[in-house]
Parts: sequence; structure tokens; C-alpha cells
Amino acid sequence: MNLTLRVWRQSAPDARGSIVNYEANDISPDMSFLEMLDVVNERLTERGEIPIAFDHDCREGICGSCGVMINGAAHGPMRGTATCQLHMRSFTDGDTITVEPWRARAFPVIKDLCVDRSAFDRIIAAGGYVSANTGGARDANEILIPKENVDTAMDAAACIGCGACVAACPNASASLFTAAKITHLGLLPQGQPERYRRALRMVTRMDLESFGGCTLFGECQDACPKEISIDTIARMNRDYLKAVMIAKAEPDSTTA
Amino acid sequence: MELRSRVPTGPLEGKWERHKFEMKLVNPANKRKYTILVVGSGLAGASAAATLSELGYNVKCYCFQDSPRRAHSIAAQGGINAAKNYQNDGDSIYRLFYDTVKGGDFRAREANVYRLAQISVTIIDQCVAQGVPFAREYGGLLSNRSFGGAQVSRTFYARGQTGQQLLLGAYQALEKEIANGGVTMYPRTEMLDLIVVDGRARGIVIRNELTGKIESHLGDAVVLGTGGYGNVFYLSTNAKGTNTTAIWRSYKRGAAFGNPCYTQIHPTCIPVSGDYQSKLTLMSESLRNDGRVWVPKKQGDKRPPHEIPEAERDYYLERKYPSFGNLAPRDISSRSAKEVCDEGRGVGETALGVYLDFADAIKRLGEASIRERYGNLFEMYQRITDEDPYKIPMRIYPAVHYTMGGLWVDYNLMSTIPGLHVIGEANFSDHGANRLGASALMQGLADGYFVLPYTIGDYIASAKLAPVTTDHPVVRSTEADVTERTKRLLAIKGKRTAASFHRELGKIMWDNCGMARNEQGLKRALKEIPALREEFWENVNVPGASAELNQSLEHAGRVADFLELGELMCLDALHRTESCGGHFREESQTPDGEALRDDEHFTYVAAWEYAGPESEPILNKERLIFENVKLSQRSYK
Ligand SMILES: Cc1cc2nc3c(=O)[nH]c(=O)nc-3n(C[C@H](O)[C@H](O)[C@H](O)COP(=O)(O)OP(=O)(O)OC[C@H]3O[C@@H](n4cnc5c(N)ncnc54)[C@H](O)[C@@H]3O)c2cc1C
Ligand code: FES
Repeated sequence: MNLTLRVWRQSAPDARGSIVNYEANDISPDMSFLEMLDVVNERLTERGEIPIAFDHDCREGICGSCGVMINGAAHGPMRGTATCQLHMRSFTDGDTITVEPWRARAFPVIKDLCVDRSAFDRIIAAGGYVSANTGGARDANEILIPKENVDTAMDAAACIGCGACVAACPNASASLFTAAKITHLGLLPQGQPERYRRALRMVTRMDLESFGGCTLFGECQDACPKEISIDTIARMNRDYLKAVMIAKAEPDSTTA
Repeated sequence: MELRSRVPTGPLEGKWERHKFEMKLVNPANKRKYTILVVGSGLAGASAAATLSELGYNVKCYCFQDSPRRAHSIAAQGGINAAKNYQNDGDSIYRLFYDTVKGGDFRAREANVYRLAQISVTIIDQCVAQGVPFAREYGGLLSNRSFGGAQVSRTFYARGQTGQQLLLGAYQALEKEIANGGVTMYPRTEMLDLIVVDGRARGIVIRNELTGKIESHLGDAVVLGTGGYGNVFYLSTNAKGTNTTAIWRSYKRGAAFGNPCYTQIHPTCIPVSGDYQSKLTLMSESLRNDGRVWVPKKQGDKRPPHEIPEAERDYYLERKYPSFGNLAPRDISSRSAKEVCDEGRGVGETALGVYLDFADAIKRLGEASIRERYGNLFEMYQRITDEDPYKIPMRIYPAVHYTMGGLWVDYNLMSTIPGLHVIGEANFSDHGANRLGASALMQGLADGYFVLPYTIGDYIASAKLAPVTTDHPVVRSTEADVTERTKRLLAIKGKRTAASFHRELGKIMWDNCGMARNEQGLKRALKEIPALREEFWENVNVPGASAELNQSLEHAGRVADFLELGELMCLDALHRTESCGGHFREESQTPDGEALRDDEHFTYVAAWEYAGPESEPILNKERLIFENVKLSQRSYK
């Protein structure tokens, strides 16, 4: 099939970007979206032009490296699908496709379609873990965990950290990302001792980065390639409120 | 070159315990003064970096992705082995040890494998303590499945995302240490060379991918957890960025490369569909627990699968290996698939495929159970192929998956360059000539959480290291080499893209150093690869400049290294005239086509030593001594 691409090109973080048109001809419907970009890039290189920069690695929808806005939708038209898993059969011959980077103040553009998502790492560093240093762990079967809890924890833990939730949110909020980790760890017995401290610290960090607030639009869960539910956000809010109350009553307990 | 394995003496069961006691310790108050550079943030690198920081060392950690959480380990699907014997089905440390040695076709070091099996149980405890959501039974206990050629259920899993959950556990521990100030993380950073001062690894040269800045980082020890090199074949199940650069540059600085030709070809991947294909997708081997592999009995049978009656189907794994059937080990299943396709019985457009059929399992267990077990895998398959595996059998074909070879290391995981430690898939240890399913995650985490943090302390406590600064002449010259090479790549401005060279190299490797190898083909490849490499350095076109994010430059540098490594792999494959595990030499097979080892001549690790650009590398041999298991012909019949 033959397509017209309208691609955001920006040579550097502080450079002005613009949309540039490219013809993408002889594209097979069996190609993935990124393979289509590979083909376009090889042709650009052969013509002596600079190829389009985009992040990718696993190409299996699990590493969270890839992610672009396709016709205004994060990861494109297919539900529960990362950009690397989207296939060209989702488009029709003659289509014009607009490809842009994630747009959010907290995710500055680095080049073309690549953005800086390091704010996500800082949110995890603020408390998205169980403090269990290596060694000294008890036998893994000593603590029983109901299957339902583990399954729900796993639903949340499936987050790949791609940032689609932020890109899709009208407020550019990172609530779904943060809530997914709080839910994963908060549902497990191992996550209990630090539960409120974690919620307080992660939410505080999220607010310090330039993410917007959550007004429960729900666009994030529709864009999420792992279909993580906004129920996690309700859980985060509950844990956060409780944490704030605890922090007021016992100032040392959650901030230490 | 002297290869000292440093395997402790004494009975197998007590070696590690005694060794731990005999190793020197670093005074806790001094640990902060020592800097350890950990390259890689996959399971091996992240677990090592976090643990070393917990112990008090000053750690710097590097990865080329934008976040440590994206390392290739994230993609592992099936699970992780551990000899917990929770299922009461007769598993034990000894059995896991034995299965691994046998599965590796008796080409691994006994002592390393035994230690791995011992540590396996602790890994699961550690991961559960971190909050890894392993699958559980209704009673709340951990669930297991049997996996890839094992007759016991010892594989722990988190849906089809085990690697992801284990890596997130290690990544979270790493972020915790970053927050504590013990680890400084350098994402979007590539190690491009190793700095060796007075015979010891003292630092690395890195390129910041965002600014293009090349600089040197120095420390007291260097750890490489940079993953495997399967992408030398261009098409593989590995993530696109997976590369050999870190270990290859270290090889050229004096680290011996162990068994470079040992490659694992995974039997269950989605077949290639066109020239544009950029990678191959693995369908977890756990599918073979319920799927049945078959091809038509007749050559060139183009009927759709449901029109081929039972009597005209050949369930060839069940036929040839009645006791293991569809669960026959990876190397054997892959080779069998190639055989039936070579006979003209392959299925699909390209006839390079076999069926993996779930019809019987769906009949027996119901579609809901199958969905519960493999739902995400079926969905992934459908997304890629546009076919519904609940209705039409999957088509699968073998693909390059894992490299057992890697830098040679001793029992302490140290390479032949003192101070350079190598962990995870990047080293050669533990899996011999073939890796069992669910054992790479186990090895990466064993190395990173539980082995390296002890052994590196012994090195640091014993090595008397003189201070080195960035104006040391060796540091300067190594850095200059990197700058020079980067400039050279950008200056060629030829006619072909790096990707086109990579594809061509991949084809040479797949045709001649893939599932079956012979003298003629390997000799041909040994002519073709240097010629291709020469053309690369004259005719590659790397657009853009150095002082910016330049993905073409990154890729070209990796391809340049693959073009050298490919040659070493072929050389190794040529010299090893026996068949063993994933290395199948057509000249060495039993009358019924199984791999035939030659223990008399090849019970050793081939450790290749770089001898300069003009000379053939030198072959060193570490003899493998089996004191506990008896070498036998591997049989899965
Ligand atoms: C699709 C798939 C499924 C798998 N499933 C399983 C399974 O179910 N069970 C199992 O046991 N094994 C499985 N494996 C194998 C297993 O995932 C890998 O062997 C293992 O994860 C490797 O871990 P690692 O830490 O050694 O390296 P990786 O996870 O590959 O990490 C390498 C790290 O090194 C960094 N790096 C590399 N080069 C450089 C450089 N030059 N400079 C700076 N940083 C660099 C990368 O950024 C990355 O952080 C699977 C593999 C694949 C491909
Ligand atoms: S490339 Fe890994 S999720 Fe898309």
C-alpha cells in the first residue's frame, strides 16, 4: 500500500520542530508500524537525508521504549496495543498518517519522536519498591497470598512504563503510571510495611515533576497498551489520603 | 594465556560454602571508597548494581536504553527455574544440577552449575520478598509448571511476563539504591571500550547518546552484564539494540572469548514473513506443554491444516522421542523442524514452518483453560499473523534466541583480565553447549544477587590498586581510539546503510553457522565475512554527526563489531568438529541423525585470545573435568 506520512521533525531539544511530509510507498500490510518507519528511514538514508529518530527495543510490546502519537492517538488506533505491535493492516491504502512524539511538559522532546521520560524513574525511586535488601529473605512459600490478590496485583504490575497514559491525558497526568505501582505493591503482604510511606512519597514526587493533576477523564486507561484500569487511581487516592492523615498525626512515620 | 578456573577443591556440595568462607572480605567502612562500574541493567546488571550498593560500594551503572527498566531481560516470558521441590515431584538441587549439565551436553563446569542449582532456591525467596507477583494456587502457595525438557515442575512464572516482573523487582531495588545515593545511573550511555591499566580493568570509555560526548569513567573493578550477541544473525528473538560491543571490545583488550559458536536456536518462534522483517517473535516454549507439533506426511501438501486427516499427519516429535514428545529439548526440537522442512514438508507460504496445534488440548481442557494459560501469547500471535490460534494451528519455526558463548570467566566470574567481571548472558558459564528453558533468568540473578557481590569483594580486598586518573596515557589513548573510530564511521558516507550490511551478515551466519554447520559452509563464511567487513568500512553510509542523538551511528558501531565477531564464531564452529548441544556439525552425527559428541577430543572450553588485527586468534583450552556425573550420550527417546 501507499501512504503519506506527516512526521514531527525536531533536530534537538531546543530546536523548533515542524511536521514534514513523506511518501511511504510499497508498504506491506504485514509490516509492523516500526518496520514501516524502518523502511522509510532506509530510503531517507539512501537519499542522504537524516532518518527519523524514534525509541524502540523489544518490538514485542513489553519494554515500553516505543510510543508515538498516531493520528492523535497514543500508540495508534488499536486498543491494548503498543506502537511496535501495531500492524499496517490497521490502515488503508492511500491513508495519510500523522506521527508525533508524546506531548507533555514532563516529557520534553529530545529529537523527532524521542522524548525524555526519566521523570518516571524518579517516581519509582521515590518509593516504588519494597525495601528488601538481598539476602535474608524467608522461604517463598511461608507467606500465603490469595490467588485473587496476586492476579489483581499482576494486572497492575503489567505496566510497561511507556508513558502513553500521560500522552493521552488532557492534563498530562502521570496518575495511572504511579497508581499502577502503588496498587501492585499495596496488594501484596510484602508491600504493607511501606504502603503509606510509598503512596505519600510517590505522589509527592509525581507532583514535583511537571505532570498535571488527575480529573478522572479515563483517557489513560483507553490508551494503555496493557489496559490497566483507572480503579488503581482510586486505590492510590485512598492510600495517599490515609498517608497524609498518618503524616499529620505522626510526622516521623511516613517521611522518615 | 593461562586459564585458571579457580574451582575450589573438595566435595561438590560444599565448594561454594567453603569458598565463601575463604574469600577475603572488604572492611565495611572502606567499601564506600571503592568504585565499581556495572555495565548493563538487565537481570544480571541491575541485581548486581543494587546488591553492591546495599553492601556499601560506590556503584555506577550504565545502559543504552532510556531507562534501566527496559533491558532486554524484560522480554523473557516463560519462567525461572528453582529446585524448590514445592510440587513434591522428586526435584532436588542435585537433579537441577544434573539436568543442566546433561542439557548442556556435558560442556559446562560442574562446580559452577552446582552452585547455580544451590542458589536457585534463594532467588525465588528474594524475588517474592521484593513483591514479584509469581503465579499462585488458590490456597495461596506458589504455582509451578514444567518447562522446556524438564520432567519435573520447577519453573516459577508470572503469567507470560516472568522476565518483566523479575526485572522490575531488580530495577526497583536499583532505583531504591539510586535514591539512597549508592548508585549513579547513566542511561542512554554506551560503553565503547575497556580501559586496562597495568593488566587490570580500571575503567570504561563511554559515549553519551544524547550529546555524543565521549569520556572515560574509572573505578576499582568493571562488571559487564551486557547480554547476549544473538543479533549477529540480524534476525533473532533478541531486542533490537542487543549487541556484542562491550564484550567484543573487552576481548580485543585481552579477555578470552569462551565457546563463541554455541548458539541456541529456539524451536517456537513465529516464522519470517517478508524481507522487511526486523526481528522474530518468540512464542513461549510453555506452549509445548499443551500444543502438539506436526507437519503433513506428504511433501508439498498445500491443503489447509483442518483438511489434512489425522492419518496423514506426522507428529514427528512424539514419533521420534516418545518419552519427551513435544517437550524434547530446544536444540533437538529445532533441528527436527529444520529436517522436516528440508524434506519439503514445511507449512505456510514459505514452507519454512511447522504446526503447533492446540485442538486436542482445547477439546480436553476447554477453550477457557487454554485462554487462562496462554491468552496473552495467543493474542500476540494473532496480532502478528492475523490468524486465530484457537481455530487454526499456529505456525512456528526456529529462530536464534540465546548465546551460550561469551567472555570466559573463572569460578569467581572474573575474565582473563583481572578486575573485569562478566555476568548473565554475557559470560560463557553454566549452560555448556545448550541452555535449558527458564535457566537464563536463574543464572542472571544468581550471578548478580548472590555470586558476584561476594567474589568481587575478594578481588578488591586482594588487589593492591594504584590510583589512576583520566590523564593516564592508557586512558587517553583508549579514549582517542574511540573518538577516532567514531569519526571514521561518520566520514565514510558510502552508499549502503548499516542495516543492509547487518542483514547480509545475518544471512551468511544463518546459512553457514546456524542450526546445522559443516566444514564447507564455515570455510565459505570465513571468506565472505572479511570481504563484507572490508566493504562496510569503505561503503557504509552513516548519516548525521557525532555530537547529537544519532541512532544510525550507534547501529553502525554495533554492526562493525558483529562483522568481527561473526568470523570468530565461524572459526570456533569450524575447529569443533564434534556436535554438541546447539552446535551441530553435520559431519558428526549418529546413524539416526542425533548429535554425536567427541569427548575424547573436545571435552574442553574453547577460550579464544585476540592476537591483533593481522593474526588468527589463539585457541586456549580449559579442560572440563567431570567428577560427579558420568558423560553419556544424551537421549530423550
Ligand atoms: C524473547 C525472549 C524470551 C526469553 N524467555 C526466557 C525465559 O522464559 N526464561 C529464561 O530463563 N530466559 C529467557 N530468555 C533469556 C533471558 O531473557 C536472557 O538471557 C537474560 O534476560 C539476559 O539478561 P542479562 O542481564 O544478561 O542481559 P540483558 O537483559 O540483555 O541486559 C543487557 C544490559 O546491558 C546494557 N548494555 C548492552 N550493551 C551495552 C553497552 N555497550 N553499553 C552500555 N550498556 C550496554 C543494556 O542496556 C542492558 O541494560 C528469553 C530471551 C528472549 C529473547
Ligand atoms: S519496542 Fe518495546 S514496547 Fe514497543
